[in-house]
Formats: sequence, structure tokens, C-alpha cells
Amino acid sequence: MKVRAQIGKVLNLDKCIGCHTCSVTCKNVWTSRDGVEYAWFNNVETKPGIGYPKDWENQKRWNGGWERISSGKIRPKQGAKWRILANIFANPDLPEIDDFYEPFDFDYDHLKSAPEMEAFPTARPRSKISGLRMEKIEWGPNWEEILGGEFEKRSKDYNFEGIQKDICGEYKNTFMMYLPRLCEHCLNPACVASCPSGAIYKREEDGIVLIDQERCRGWRMCVSGCPYKKIYYNWESGKSEKCTFCYPRIESGLPTVCSETCVGRIRYLGVMLYDADRIQEAASVANEQALYDAQLGLFLDPNDPEVQAAARAEGVPEDWIISAQKSPVWKMAMDWKIAFPLHPEYRTLPMVWYIPPLSPIQNAAEAGAVGIDRDMPDVKSLRIPVRYLANLLTAGDEAPIVSALERMLAMRAYMRSKTIDGVIDLEVAKRVGLDPLQIDEMYRIMSLADYEDRFVVPTTHREMVEDAYGLRGGCGFTDGNQCSVGSSGGKLFGGGRRSVDASLPFRRRKR
Amino acid sequence: MNQFLFGIFPYIALTVLAVGSIIRYERDPFTWKSKSSQLLRRKQLIMGSVLFHLGVLVIFFGHLFGLLVPMEIYEAMGVTPQAKALAAGIGGGIAGVIALIGGLLLAHRRLMDPRVRATSSFADTGILLLLIVQLILGLISVPISLSKLAEGEVVLFMNWAFGIFTFDPTAASNLEHVNIIFKLHILLGLIIFILFPFTRLVHILSAPLRYLWRPGYQIVRTRKSNA
Repeated sequence: MKVRAQIGKVLNLDKCIGCHTCSVTCKNVWTSRDGVEYAWFNNVETKPGIGYPKDWENQKRWNGGWERISSGKIRPKQGAKWRILANIFANPDLPEIDDFYEPFDFDYDHLKSAPEMEAFPTARPRSKISGLRMEKIEWGPNWEEILGGEFEKRSKDYNFEGIQKDICGEYKNTFMMYLPRLCEHCLNPACVASCPSGAIYKREEDGIVLIDQERCRGWRMCVSGCPYKKIYYNWESGKSEKCTFCYPRIESGLPTVCSETCVGRIRYLGVMLYDADRIQEAASVANEQALYDAQLGLFLDPNDPEVQAAARAEGVPEDWIISAQKSPVWKMAMDWKIAFPLHPEYRTLPMVWYIPPLSPIQNAAEAGAVGIDRDMPDVKSLRIPVRYLANLLTAGDEAPIVSALERMLAMRAYMRSKTIDGVIDLEVAKRVGLDPLQIDEMYRIMSLADYEDRFVVPTTHREMVEDAYGLRGGCGFTDGNQCSVGSSGGKLFGGGRRSVDASLPFRRRKR
Repeated sequence: MNQFLFGIFPYIALTVLAVGSIIRYERDPFTWKSKSSQLLRRKQLIMGSVLFHLGVLVIFFGHLFGLLVPMEIYEAMGVTPQAKALAAGIGGGIAGVIALIGGLLLAHRRLMDPRVRATSSFADTGILLLLIVQLILGLISVPISLSKLAEGEVVLFMNWAFGIFTFDPTAASNLEHVNIIFKLHILLGLIIFILFPFTRLVHILSAPLRYLWRPGYQIVRTRKSNA
């Protein structure tokens, strides 16, 4: 047993209102730079839909993630190492920027500088890459917002597998949910495995996956390797970039920006202890539907004295062990079993988990046609098909999703009878295998969701890893050569590219 | 003049190549990259890039072995200078044509595609065009070389290259009377050496062969000093 700690995350989709505050605050902090305008380290998709980039879940097309080969081992789906190297001159699995969207800005200046004319002046779009006029915006990062576009196109959604999707296209059967997405900071990251330069790595202390910008050579295999398409090639700097899990904040014990600013309070951060020795084994199980259980099996109980001793032996700090005991992620994933990994079938063992959303009861149920089991409706009568959620979160295994949804419904029924009727309904708790104390805690953490309950992030023990004296007066976070801003404009090595957005009303940075 | 261009200039070029690359790697690693534009436009890149790189790789190793392996070793293997020149002409010619087709595709894409053109630096376009010129010079030299097979001219180039690397001050005299095309080809090659550290060509030095025998797939870094 080799104990490692990771800051894990859970998103409670039941409470996501799709406001995109997470995406916007993330963008303002991390990707408001040239070359990554098109990149959203955090984005919110409306499901069902093909998402951003287009069709990202279809690994038959993009070859992301891992595949299990006949020997029982796993290798990146885009190919073994020699195969990846053979594709280095041109990567056949790489999306084009149009699969994300061509970044653009508007000629705002025209609104005030236009001469007098018959038609009202408008601000027309212009490409941020070529500087050319774009006559029509064809696609964007959130093109399917609230079921935008035809069902025909959105129904290409991979999660419709095994569902009679034509029915879902009918107005009375339509359904939707939001899916905020960010880097999963996987236990078995396919991007790390695909990087020929060895520039991407997982941090032992907190599990955050980062790209060493000085070692990245822009071979772009990580972009195609990641099945979640959460690595973005910066076309200006020629390096790949990804969600950093706001590591400077995490190190200081603060939640990530997306979590901090989430108005729906749907995001939870907490320490998970896991057994690093068994990662390969867990990622290689034959049955895709067993991957969820295999990953649960990797997590180590922080209340177990044996685990604690092993963690200490591996140098996990004491307050990290204590935080692991209070971790909301542990409670949701392991205690209550209501949170699930996104697409476990990719075999990456992701560490950003999701609580499936409840949804309105179908008309039929309301009319009494479909079973309402005493206080609790049958989850099969919920508007979002269980199979859809299962395809998203458990490789199609419906049983764990049903159990989670029932527990969430039971919590509501229990609390309703407790607060309104003043009756402790032990029956409903028992029916879903929870005890009243657990339900009270679920209610506190999921419904009230106080800041301290959502974010249990211990600080990094810098004193254990480096001599901070040498860092004083440093530059903080830069992505260039030490204190430089990373722009090579006018420099000896690299030479600046010609500015293309001089015609735009503003320029982000002097070149 | 001959002595400067082929006796002294090669050392200047090699020094700039080596020292410039080391300084760039040390001082500005963030700029060390392949600078792929595949994300912006896939069209023409797949075919162009694969042909170009494959052709250039064959040519590169052909020159490396052809110029720097001493003639004695070839003779020991029973290869005459004529046979060697013939093989180089045919092999190099085919690889050259492949690389040239790829290079022209890439150049067309770089100059004509608005996205790629707008994001190209002067150095990006310039080095690609120089490489194409160099490929053309090399291809022109093939028939010249084949027409003079009997004279064993190929040995002169080997002696010159060998002389440069063994610090022989008379190395340049080998090239005194060779065709102007060869001289231009060699000079442009040396100029490309000089430009090397200041362009995207540095990605050649980072060819990630290590990946093939990197143990396992995962990389975990720790900041613990005692680990």
C-alpha cells in the first residue's frame, strides 16, 4: 500500500443552475490571453448535446483515453508509444480549432466612429486569429445553451446509447441538465501517458496534473490523448495548457476560483487518500461497468488507523489526514455513494465527481399512472432517463445511479416530514440504507452547504519541500522565462508574430 | 575567398549553432518548441508535414553518414566511390523529391491560409522557404553529380567534411574546383546552421526518442527534497 493524497472535487449537478459564473471567473483568471481565447479550462454544457469541443465524448472519433488490449494491459487509445511517435509530424486525432470555435471579437469602435448612414451601425465579428471579418458565427463554446439548436444535431450525444432517443425529441418528453466540466486531475491520466516530452506530470502531494511549460515542445499528443478534451494547445505560445486546479490557491488552503465563485454552491473540495500501488490494476479491469467500483476500491478510509499509519510513513502531513476525515468528497463518494466519476469507461480514474441531478416527475406519474411509492416517486419516472445519467457517470450501470437518486429523494422526504410534520420518518431512511444521522449530515452538507463544509482544503506544507527564503521577492506566477511575461515578441529567440488584431478596438498586450 | 567560405565560415556556423542552441535552451526554454499550426488548419498539413519530415530525415542521415563516415570504411565493405555516389544520388534524389513536395504543400499553406499566415513569424516563413531552396539546390546537384560519377567527385566532399571536423587547415582546397551548385548548396547549408538556434528548427534537438523507453506511462513529481 502506497498512500497518496489528492484534492478531489464533487459537483452537485442537482443544484447547478447553469449560470456560467465558474467559466467566466476561470477565464478571467487563467485564459484571458492571446492563443487561448478559445480555451475554457472550465465550461458548462447543456446536456443532451454534443458539447465543446464538438462530439468530445465520442472516442471512436477522437481516440482519447485508454483501451484495454487482449493481454489485459491498458494503453492509450490513440496508440502505443511507437504509434504516438509515428504520428508526431501530423496528429490524425487532433481536433481543429473549429471543433472548439474560432475566437472572435467585435468591432465595437464602429458603433461610435461610424459616419451618418441609413442603417444603424452594428459591431460585426472579426477573427482573433487571422483578423479577418467573420460573416457568420457558426459555433461557440456554449452553442447548445438551454437546448439551443435542432434536436437532430444534439441527439448525436453519445450518452443516448441504449435510449430510444426519438421520444426524447418530443416536446413533452424533452429534458435537460447542465454539466460543468474541467480537467479531471485523473489518477491514471492519459495526457501524461501521451506526452512524448514528459512535460506533463501529476503532483505527488495533492494530485494536481500540470504541464511544465518549459519542457513542453508542442507535440500536441496530450490534446488528443485526453478523452475529456481538457488540454488546449495555445496557438500563440505553441505550448499546451490546461486547468491548473488553481494550484496557487489550493496550496494556500483556498478553493479553486470556479468553486469559490459558484453561486449555486454546487462544488465541493476535499482530500482523498488513495492507494497508488493499485492504480494500474484498477484501471485495467475487464468490465467497463466495474471501473466505478474499482476506483472506489482505491480510496483509503482515513479513519482506519492502519491507513493513517501508512499515510504518515509516506509523509502525508497530519492535517491532511485530519482533512481527509472531514472531506466532503469522501462522504459523497464513499459514505453516501451519491457521487460518480465522469465517464469511468475512459479508464483514466477521474477525480472530479458528479452527483446526478433529480428532475421533474413525468406528467404520467403526476396523473397517478406511474408508481409513486408512498412519499417517494419512482426514479424511473423522473424526466431525465436513468440510463442517460448512467451512460454519463457509470458506463451504463443503472443500479448505482438509481440508488443515489433514491437517497437524494429520501433525504427530501425525511427532512420534509421532520421540519413540516415534526415526525422522524425512520422508514424512508431505512428504505435507502441510510441512518438518520447520515441524512442530517447529507442535508447539512448538500442543502445548506456552508463554505467550511464545502471546502476542506489543507494548506501545502511548504516548509517540508523547499526553502521559502530563496523565493521571497520572486515573480509569483508567470508562464514565461522566469520574470518575463512569456511573450517572445521582439526577442532574439522566436521573434514576435505580426499583430493581427491591431484593427480591433483593444489589444491585450503590447508586443 | 574559397578559404574563408569553406575553411573558416564552417567553424563560425557550427559555433553559432552550438552556442546559440545552448544559450536558448538554458535561458529561454519557454520558446523551445515545434510551433505546430495543426490546430489552426488541418488541411494540407497532414500530407505536407509527413512527406516533408520523412524526406528531410532521410536526407539528413544520408548526409551525416555519407559525409562523415570515412571512405576507408566504405571500401572495407566493398563500396566504391562511384557506387556510393550513385546510391546517394538515387536515394537522395527520391527523398529530395518527397521532401520538396511536402515542403511546397507546407509553403503554400503557410502563405495562402489566412490563419496560418497571420500567426507565422518572419522566421517561420523564411526558414521554410530557405529549406525549399536548399532542397532544390540539392536536387539540381544530383544530375551533375551523376554525370561525373567516374571522376569520383564525391570523395572531395567527404575529404572536406572530414577535414573540417579534424581541424585540417587545407580542407577548403577540396572544394576549389567543384561546380558552383555544390558551393551554393554547402553555403546555404551553413547559413541554415547559423539560423538554426533562432528559428523553430531547434525542435529537431528535442526529438522525443526517450519516450520509447521511458519506464511506464505515468510521471509523478514530488517537491519533497528528501524523496
